[in-house]
Amino acid sequence: MTELRLYMAQRLSALVMAPLVLGHIAVMIYAIQGGLSAAEILGRTQGSVLWALFYGSFVIAVSVHAAIGLRTILYEWAGMRGGVLNGVALGICALLLAMGLQAVYAVTAT
Amino acid sequence: MTNDLTESVAEQSDPLEVSVWRSAGDGGAFQAFKVPAQDSQTVLDVVAWIQQNEDPTLSYRFACRVGMCGSCAMMVNGQPRWTCRTHVRKVLDGNRIEIAPLRNLPVIKDLATDMDPFFDKWVAAEGVFHPSKSRDDAIEQINPASAPRARADAGIECINCSICYAACDSVASDPEYLGPAALNRAWTLFNDAKDDGAGVILDAVSAKGGCHACHSMGSCTHACPNELNPMASIAGLKREIAKSFFKRGKA
Repeated sequence: MTELRLYMAQRLSALVMAPLVLGHIAVMIYAIQGGLSAAEILGRTQGSVLWALFYGSFVIAVSVHAAIGLRTILYEWAGMRGGVLNGVALGICALLLAMGLQAVYAVTAT
Repeated sequence: MTNDLTESVAEQSDPLEVSVWRSAGDGGAFQAFKVPAQDSQTVLDVVAWIQQNEDPTLSYRFACRVGMCGSCAMMVNGQPRWTCRTHVRKVLDGNRIEIAPLRNLPVIKDLATDMDPFFDKWVAAEGVFHPSKSRDDAIEQINPASAPRARADAGIECINCSICYAACDSVASDPEYLGPAALNRAWTLFNDAKDDGAGVILDAVSAKGGCHACHSMGSCTHACPNELNPMASIAGLKREIAKSFFKRGKA
């Protein structure tokens, strides 16, 4: 049952990520027209609830997706099992969440 | 024309250089044999020739010799193959053949593997018939053109040879993984109108070591001597489980 939930969580997080990746790439291409500056980016993102939600949900989806994928690799290739395996995977998820959400906060907070 | 004929006779006169895995339990090593080459010769013929002419203690398994029983599978030059239907000429590496016991299974002796884990996993995947009727009920009428029957038919010609299981890298890295043959069997039963075990099958194949451990690398489908597609069967199970997950919150 746990394996099934993890499988579904990884697929659903991929489903969330797909449009966000496309949106992210589209904005990158749009944003670098006429040069790239921190001020320009912050001008767009600071105080924007939309960008906070966009990248906030992106970070959550990535953290869930990557942690489950790495858990499988650690199980199959590094021989990790049981509590150690789940602990490391949770740690990876927490690290990605903390770093990502901090970055989102830094560019969207006013 | 004469030259071609002379060459082919010359080729036949060079004996094959055959390396055969020898072991009795842990450890083991390859042993070299020279086997007369023949015009029409299978890998199983080579193994039988060694056992009959060079070393009667060589252990291996075979029965039907016509690709029906699934007992003669071995690793031939690193690939799992049904040896009774594998022409030597098709797999020769120069003039050499390396013959080893099937991968991913414990070796009993020489080329004979212990198939228990393979068949235990068939049962664990609920690859067993779940009757829906008693002898007093009328026989279920099956429409051979119906979609579920077509899906079941696509997978039922499995001969339990374990070649897909030996080819599978997911089995190699996850000993609990049920493997392509067991999951293919579960999929055929899931689609069988006479089988009443759809629920227990989905529960079994969504548990730890179930179909989600498959990474769709396709070695099973590539190696299957009967040209079945276990990878598609596993994908079918994953689809049904996802549907069931949204409907019932579980598999």
